[in-house]
Amino acid sequence: MCGIAGFFGCLPQTYPPREIMRRMLAVLSHRGPDGQGLHLDEGGGLGHTRLSIIDLAGGQQPMSNEDDTVWVTFNGEIFNYVELQEDLAKRGHKFRTRSDTEVIVHMYEERGLACVEAFNGDFAFALWDKRKNRLVLARDRMGVRPLYYTHRGALIFASEMKALFQVPGVQPEIDPIALDQCFTFWFPLAPRTPFRDIQELPPGHILIAESGSVSVSSYWELRYPVGSENSDLPAPTEKQMAEELEALLIDATRIRLRADVPVGAYLSGGLDSSVVTALIRLFTASRLKTFSVGFEAEEFDETKYQQEVVEALATDHESITCTHGDIGRIFPEVIWHAERPILRTAPAPLYQLSALVRQNEFKVVLTGEGADEVLAGYDIFKEAKVRRFWARQPRSSWRPLLLRRLYPYLADVQGQPQAYLQAFFGTALDRPADPFFSHLPRWSMTSRIKAFFSQDLRQTIGGYDALEELRQRLPAEYNAWHPLSQAQYLEAAHLLPGYILSSQGDRVSMAHAVEGRFPFLDHRVVEFAARIPPRLKLKGLKEKHILRRSIGRYLPNAIAERPKQPYRAPDSQSFLGPCIPEYVEDLLSKQALLRTGYFEPRSVQKLLDKCRRQGTVGFRDNMAVVGILSVQLLDHLFVRGKEAIAPAPALSTTV
Amino acid sequence: MDLEIKERIRGFITSNFLYGQGGTSLDENASLLAAGAIDSTGVLELVTFLESTFNIRVEDADIVPDNLDSVNRIATYVGRKLSVLSKAVVFDAR
Repeated sequence: MCGIAGFFGCLPQTYPPREIMRRMLAVLSHRGPDGQGLHLDEGGGLGHTRLSIIDLAGGQQPMSNEDDTVWVTFNGEIFNYVELQEDLAKRGHKFRTRSDTEVIVHMYEERGLACVEAFNGDFAFALWDKRKNRLVLARDRMGVRPLYYTHRGALIFASEMKALFQVPGVQPEIDPIALDQCFTFWFPLAPRTPFRDIQELPPGHILIAESGSVSVSSYWELRYPVGSENSDLPAPTEKQMAEELEALLIDATRIRLRADVPVGAYLSGGLDSSVVTALIRLFTASRLKTFSVGFEAEEFDETKYQQEVVEALATDHESITCTHGDIGRIFPEVIWHAERPILRTAPAPLYQLSALVRQNEFKVVLTGEGADEVLAGYDIFKEAKVRRFWARQPRSSWRPLLLRRLYPYLADVQGQPQAYLQAFFGTALDRPADPFFSHLPRWSMTSRIKAFFSQDLRQTIGGYDALEELRQRLPAEYNAWHPLSQAQYLEAAHLLPGYILSSQGDRVSMAHAVEGRFPFLDHRVVEFAARIPPRLKLKGLKEKHILRRSIGRYLPNAIAERPKQPYRAPDSQSFLGPCIPEYVEDLLSKQALLRTGYFEPRSVQKLLDKCRRQGTVGFRDNMAVVGILSVQLLDHLFVRGKEAIAPAPALSTTV
Repeated sequence: MDLEIKERIRGFITSNFLYGQGGTSLDENASLLAAGAIDSTGVLELVTFLESTFNIRVEDADIVPDNLDSVNRIATYVGRKLSVLSKAVVFDAR
């Protein structure tokens, strides 16, 4: 796990390439504190900052093949490298190390660009084939590891955008269309990023640069069955499906324990991380080290459930408690790492958690990330099911009451008079065939925040329609998928890489050089889960039914049957509570808002006044405060205060 | 009196739900739900505002869009509550 950077072609002449590479690697040092490597040659350069996990002595990068004609710099893991290496060795490839990196080089020699199809892992790599004079960039199927690039004469790439900004002439400038997308979907639609002229290589894609041309193509896509439930073949029974899921999850966990350093786990107290923890214990004799975050504020805290799991699974547990003050204090560092606007503060406690892991001298953690997407755990799936059921009898007065059962932890929804419940969740009730039926309530609520956009920004965005752009990109057979599959696709192919795995995943864990590994996102699990009939994933209103049937027996009943509690953290109170961090006043002042020009100062002032006056406010106001502040910080850290894009700011996080 | 009630309600909605966006042009008959001006917490904020500003008690059964979904509807509702209240006060003070 590491940071990568490099270029292909001719860099601007201002500085020697070695100096430019040195600067790019310096801002990625948090991703790889254990060493740096550089390979420079005519027409290109590959750089690497290393976090050593596999083959501690032999795994230095960039690495080459036997005759130095193929070079690679690689971030991530190829979990099936052991099997691949055996196979390649039989075919005559000579290995100098025991590292997974070398497998990439030889598999490329063996299979060319199709090598990626053999890899089971979380990876982002750049491979330079000197014989063919081409550069290949590749990224894992689900988008666990990041990769960004830009064209400036040369093709320049890096794990994080801040490294690209070290190259003379690459000026960060916020893209107004990306802001519109962030304030609709919560993330920019890849390959778009928050910054103009900087692209993200989308998950499951490879880029090939050769003889002056660049092409990007997909090698893997998330797909669901069409008309899955009336096939001619006898459908597998629930029991068979549960068994296959169990076997796959066990193997996905087994290969994710491969490391030459100790591996720990995150425990949220919920079903998914408990499943992963229970599976790890099948393979380890020693006590497993687990980590969790709790909250000072009771409404977010899950310590009680975490303790239950710790006792049941006998782990050696470490935890931290996150306060409102913590979030306010570390938020600028979180945005520095995330490099994009965020609408909730939930990434901040995870940033603290990775610091705790690091303090305990762990570099690798397994987590339950991805289960909610691939096995249908999120409330939005249930909400869509209820709304769809209700849409069939729109005049029914009891059908919408099912909505109350969805959100037992939200006092707001519980106390909501029926007439209003209907009004809020009734979005698109007359359009059950809309491809975005499941997500329209969320997206229309998020879009309300655009009312804070300044006149200028609105004019620049003009008639742009983010939903229309996404609609154009949907897979051809999307409309023939089951409604649950459609909703799962929107979560797993878009929100997951665009927000969950990036702002809330890779960026906040790698900030402290901690690598997350996610058994539920093994592509074999993902592909199998996509074929499981929707009724076995969301049974009635019971989420992740098939998971409970398959792995549930490894867990105490109370945990196996626990309904999902979404992971949330305090939002606007973190910034407007009793102790307001100084930067908040500065960046949200009328002058600062006028200077950046994204938001209307008068409206923002009214919003802040309201939040201060009332203490607790609703979803939309919370999202607005966090979203506006994060855009202001993004501008401050990257656009205006370029000095701030210095090598990692002092990590003042105290745990 | 009615005018004053209406102005206070309009002021609250413009400032609290619209954050001054759209200025004073708020249509008194416009649906707050359709305009997206009010969310689930918003209903509770509105009720709290009405109770504390006008000293009335908003019954659960009264919390329906028919009573609360535009400036005019709210003003009518508040006016009705206040007139009942003043009768009750007179009655109470017998």
